[in-house]
Amino acid sequence: MCNDLCNLTLVEAVKNLKEKKNSSVELTQAFILESEKQRHLNVFITETFDHALMQAKKSDEKIKAGNAGKLEGAPLGIKDLYCTKGIRTTAGSKILENFIPQYESTVSQNLLNEGAVFLGKTNMDEFAMGSSNITSYYGNVISPIRSKKFPEKDLVPGGSSGGSAAAVAAHMVLSSTASDTGGSIRQPASFTGTVGIKPTYGLCSRYGMIALASSLDQAGPIARDVRDAALMLSVMASFDKNDSTSLPGERLDYLANLKPSAKGIKIGLPFECFENLSEDLNRVLKENIEILKGLGAEFIEISLKNLKYALPAYYIIQPAEASSNLARYDGVRFGFRVENPKNLSDMYKETRRIGFGKEVRRRIFIGTFVLSKGGYDSYYILAKKVQVKIKEDFDEAFKKVDLILAPTTTGGAFGTEEGNKMSNVDMYLNDIFTVSVNIAGFPGISIPGGQTGDGLPLGIQFIGPKLSEQRLFNVSAIVEDAHKL
Amino acid sequence: MNNNLVNGWEVVIGLEIHAQVASNSKLFSSSATSGEDGPNSRVNFFDAGMPGVLPVINSKCIDLAIKTGLGIYGKINEISVFDRKNYFYPDLPSGYQISQFFYPIVTGGYVEIGESAENEQEIVRIGITRIHLEQDAGKNIHDLAPDKSFVDLNRSGIALMEIVTEPDMRSVFQAVFVAKKLHALVQYLETCNGNMEQGNFRVDANISMHKPQTPFGTRAEIKNLNSFKFMQAALTYEIERQMEILEGGGKIVQETRLFDVNSGVTMTMREKEDADDYRYFPDPDLPALILTKERIQSIADNMPELPDDKKRRFIKDFGLSEYDATILTSDRKISLFYDEAIAFGGFSDALKAYKLVANWIIGDLFAVMKENDLSIRFLSKPISSSKVEVAYEAQNQSVDIHEGDWGESQISQKPHEDSSIEATNKFAEEIELRKKSISITPLAIAKLIALIQDGTISGKIAKTVFEKMWKEGIAEPIEIVESLGLKQISSEAEILPEIRKIIAENPGIVAEYKNGRTSVFGFFVGQVMKKFKGQASPDVVNKLLYQELDL
Repeated sequence: MCNDLCNLTLVEAVKNLKEKKNSSVELTQAFILESEKQRHLNVFITETFDHALMQAKKSDEKIKAGNAGKLEGAPLGIKDLYCTKGIRTTAGSKILENFIPQYESTVSQNLLNEGAVFLGKTNMDEFAMGSSNITSYYGNVISPIRSKKFPEKDLVPGGSSGGSAAAVAAHMVLSSTASDTGGSIRQPASFTGTVGIKPTYGLCSRYGMIALASSLDQAGPIARDVRDAALMLSVMASFDKNDSTSLPGERLDYLANLKPSAKGIKIGLPFECFENLSEDLNRVLKENIEILKGLGAEFIEISLKNLKYALPAYYIIQPAEASSNLARYDGVRFGFRVENPKNLSDMYKETRRIGFGKEVRRRIFIGTFVLSKGGYDSYYILAKKVQVKIKEDFDEAFKKVDLILAPTTTGGAFGTEEGNKMSNVDMYLNDIFTVSVNIAGFPGISIPGGQTGDGLPLGIQFIGPKLSEQRLFNVSAIVEDAHKL
Repeated sequence: MNNNLVNGWEVVIGLEIHAQVASNSKLFSSSATSGEDGPNSRVNFFDAGMPGVLPVINSKCIDLAIKTGLGIYGKINEISVFDRKNYFYPDLPSGYQISQFFYPIVTGGYVEIGESAENEQEIVRIGITRIHLEQDAGKNIHDLAPDKSFVDLNRSGIALMEIVTEPDMRSVFQAVFVAKKLHALVQYLETCNGNMEQGNFRVDANISMHKPQTPFGTRAEIKNLNSFKFMQAALTYEIERQMEILEGGGKIVQETRLFDVNSGVTMTMREKEDADDYRYFPDPDLPALILTKERIQSIADNMPELPDDKKRRFIKDFGLSEYDATILTSDRKISLFYDEAIAFGGFSDALKAYKLVANWIIGDLFAVMKENDLSIRFLSKPISSSKVEVAYEAQNQSVDIHEGDWGESQISQKPHEDSSIEATNKFAEEIELRKKSISITPLAIAKLIALIQDGTISGKIAKTVFEKMWKEGIAEPIEIVESLGLKQISSEAEILPEIRKIIAENPGIVAEYKNGRTSVFGFFVGQVMKKFKGQASPDVVNKLLYQELDL
């Protein structure tokens, strides 16, 4: 029973519930059981199983009454940076160990409004700072994926939405919310063989999402397939007057409007993204290009000439904003506070020294430096100029092409041990193919493209112009279908 | 040119004024800006710096800043940007203050003031550098418990307009004048309630001294001056302090100083201002503020009369002297009181009445207010003797404490078709709400003056009537005149026999008069007035006395 239910996609599960093939309580119990079985993966910071069963019961009543929402009764994971009313929200940090928000984030509220069941708050890199989920105060997440050669080796699920990706890949939830500042949805999706989309900046509300870098943060889903992701994003996205950067206007129903096709689509291949790739990655990309050609897509080589500056610019803008966004964690009003400080200054210093992990402190230092009198002009302003240039490159490219194809990651998932030993610069290089999309504010989707020789999933990434999510889903869906053949 | 040199030193002063925006809710949240409730009662998730909760601009604050900008003849910028000013303090919940550092909403502008006390007629133009919007901080409270501090966030996030002037002022007189002028302006515009006691209008002053034709000296900043009296005292002290140091060959240290009200001296608060690094950068939670030309124009089209314009109108239309017009327009409430009084249609000689009304307000009314500690709204308020010397200022403040309950509804009444109608309506409403405490209305003063003009009462009797009016809150002076039988006696047939009687009774004094000692004329006037209990028309008495004595 359990396996059957847990193997359903979100779209299938919701349909079954509506057709009363099983109840939401049954479905939820199946996922709870699966989650309990795989607790060693450490995907949840806070499990909300009892709460989920209560929600499931209500969903069953709503289904019975014939007013089921789009996600009625579907057990989901919620990344632990979405504030959930009455449910502890930590952002993976000690400093928020005891923080229980009294408000609901807009994205999670949208999900609740459509009947979603929350199984738990998924693990993540502390304040979303990381690419392997090893910076979480609540322990690293272990990927459910194992390599063929070293099956005993624990692999990272990617980050920062590592808990979300692992939970989806391990069939512990039907789907999960995630967030992407520089690749935190797409990179873990690539590592775990799942689908993750970072939508256009402003498509989903940031209200109630714990901020890393406000100008780059975007909510998005990690799902088991493209249709699930389309359904999730349709519900998550909304205009929100509580977020001044929210894009105005109605949101589309990406699933209802889904037309899987690549016919006549012009796809750009930025040569900067295809230099010095691994053999595996080259092969996987080529295979997918061939598939797409077969589906009627046209390929054009393009150049994103400032792409090489994206990562340095990102690692200036993101820490700068983070250093300011994280100033509120001061021990005064909520969260962790050090005991018996000598004075006010000591309270601040010790609370933040103990409350934040090493990577968070590192980025606060970087951010503070690049915003300081000496650093502002030479780093921050320069990075903002680079941001404009990169956006111009993309705008220029999108005059010629409908979408851009690029790798999501440089390779498959690495081991937890390797992650722990990796220098932080090497770790930052994980984001090389993803950050430019955040810098430009465009949407990007990562879908499974194939595997490494070692059997590890490799994602491919489609990047589209502003608000081209439907196009991304349409092309991704046809590629996904082609892979299943 | 510059008459303001002190021992050859020139004083250079620039001001930074924080004026609380008169909005119902805070700059970026829907929490109320005022109310009688306790600490932390007007705080929402944003005001408390809760994770993930975002700022949403209150467009009314923007409109009020635009209005203020237009009032100083500044340039309203179609694009301005909110920046974060980063620093740690418990009263600053998010660890940064949202302000406008790089691109403020208003740039440029000026106010005009008199050059000096002796030379007030000469107009000096003081440049305004900018006006920007920013959040106020909360309050730390340290005296509730010996080992604890408390934070009240009610004030946190309330909108402030920071008005920054050029270092254009060359004397304490000019600096205080500019502050008063801006204080009056924001109240005229109703963009700030101006309550200084509550800190709704706070002045920071930058002062330096140098020899003319040499670069500016090092400045000291005196923070949080919340009364003009203190401002005057603080600047005067600071100039003396700096001059003493400079004359002694010393150097001024760049620092922030606080004025101690009790000792009357300024003291170091913190040194090396330049060491602060607030790491300003554009707030990524807020897109640039874009103002359409239409929005700016519609505010410009609905501007109330500015104080300077009102002053010019008082001089031109009502024949007031520069001095009288300046005083009557120095405070919005006084100017409204005057406007309301002269709107009375029953004067027999309107042009003379305008002047008379002004005299009565500036003379009798102000005297009574000052003596009895009354404000323009005639609310009596107990005041301790230690505060007496600043009583007049305190009065204005006492009124503003009560203003919140009607001020808000007024501001939302727009657009106004005509500013003077607006002013009149407003005053009527104000009076309506204050019925109990009001003891005199503009209309009552107007009626009193009409009674003098039509000869019903003399100016002297009018003073008696006036006293009864404000003490007992009687709105119709004629009622007092009638009930006390104070009507002026102008009948020659009634007065002449008494005059003849008095002349007959005092042959000696009549002889003196005839011998050229005309000063005894007053004696006869006095005698006649005594007979008529002061109610005889002075004009008639004079006329008849001359006629009889000069026979």
